[in-house]
Amino acid sequence: MLKIRGLARPGLEPANLDVAAGECVAVSGPSGAGKSLLLRAIVDLDPNQGDVAIDGLSRAAMLAPEWRRRVVYVPAEAGWWAERVGEHFPDPAIAAPLVTRLGLPVAALEWEVARLSTGEKQRLALARALVMSPRVLLLDEPTSGLDPETAVTVESMLHERVADGIAILIVTHDAKQVERLAKRRFRMAKGKLSPAGGEGGP
Amino acid sequence: MSVVPLSYVDIGLAAVLLFMNAALSLALRLGLARRLLVAGARMVVQLTLIGLVLKALFELASPTFTALAALIMVLFAGREAMARQERRFTGFWTYGIGTGSMMAAGIIVTVFGLATQISPDPWYDPRYAIPVLGMILGNTMNGVSLGLDRLVSGAVVQRAAIEAQLMLGATATQAMRGVTRESMRAGLIPTINGMAAAGLVSLPGMMTGQILAGVEPVEAVKYQILIMFLIGGGTGLGLLAAVLLGARRLTDSRHRLRLDRLGAKADS
Repeated sequence: MLKIRGLARPGLEPANLDVAAGECVAVSGPSGAGKSLLLRAIVDLDPNQGDVAIDGLSRAAMLAPEWRRRVVYVPAEAGWWAERVGEHFPDPAIAAPLVTRLGLPVAALEWEVARLSTGEKQRLALARALVMSPRVLLLDEPTSGLDPETAVTVESMLHERVADGIAILIVTHDAKQVERLAKRRFRMAKGKLSPAGGEGGP
Repeated sequence: MSVVPLSYVDIGLAAVLLFMNAALSLALRLGLARRLLVAGARMVVQLTLIGLVLKALFELASPTFTALAALIMVLFAGREAMARQERRFTGFWTYGIGTGSMMAAGIIVTVFGLATQISPDPWYDPRYAIPVLGMILGNTMNGVSLGLDRLVSGAVVQRAAIEAQLMLGATATQAMRGVTRESMRAGLIPTINGMAAAGLVSLPGMMTGQILAGVEPVEAVKYQILIMFLIGGGTGLGLLAAVLLGARRLTDSRHRLRLDRLGAKADS
């Protein structure tokens, strides 16, 4: 479904990658290897070269906002632009069930962003992305700030979404999480993306 | 209605006060004596030269020379506005955004004021055109430099918030809206304060000058009010143009935030 050909920018060597519908692919590698650069390049946040397409539709043929509503990137440290959590959702009523599903009370939508913990921010940023009903999710360390139990809650939710047919590209340092979530694994080192482990390869 | 003329002795007497400041600085070791005297001397030379230039301009009353003087004023204002930025755009835009918007706003508002309200004959009479443009430019420059400074620093500081909106499918205009609004506010506040304090906290310079020159206070006040409105209009227009151009330059057609189009942080 997501097809990447020769995606490059300074710090990232031309990368090729396919992620099918209903598939979760993991990327790991040391800090500063270019994992976040890859995700940023996919959603076109920095100038880059190469072809990216989803369901045969080329990114170049689409307005950038339209592309980013289909392919949603959740960075490790998400930004917030309003004072209260609820203001970040187009419709807080739709967000409520998602927020409870992620182990937070519905009242969290009334909270001030400034008082959120790292883990709360991570889950709310994920909820904010999921209400967009994206076709592809790009996740950067989505559970790094969570305790193991909550991390499992988040993972089970991601499993469901994958079963529903979305594609996930996840960057994580957690080897166990990779095992639980992803069938195919890639490694990023010095800006170069390459298949890792036995079942790798596009 | 006449001006009490000043002799050079009068001016020399007033200058004694500056020397007194310098002596004070020496006595208290403030290390400002030299700078005080240099600044004082600069002021005298600059104003004397401007007096001669204005005298020549008024005698010529030529549209070409008036326009040339106006252009030079705009360029100086553009340079000054740029020098006050902590972080600047790269290349042509460093200078272009501020100067372009001030030129447009200054000319539109000055011509509007001259052609319809003040109506000297001819309308470009430098005796009216140059001082009016000067007052409008001076204030517009303040607004533009404050607004641009806030825009650029806002985009840098709020990068995560702006990009978070872009990541969720916002357009560049939507994502920049918060910063754009803050910049407009920052740029307009001096104008609002100036209007609110006028007459109570400060007696505006032009009005004071006219009163010293023997104009009836009520007439001088009418002129001041007119100028205040022109200044407000000029600042608003110039600021809007500069902030919108700046916000455009900070983003691109693929709706990305382009902080790479800013230069390194300046010391000033």
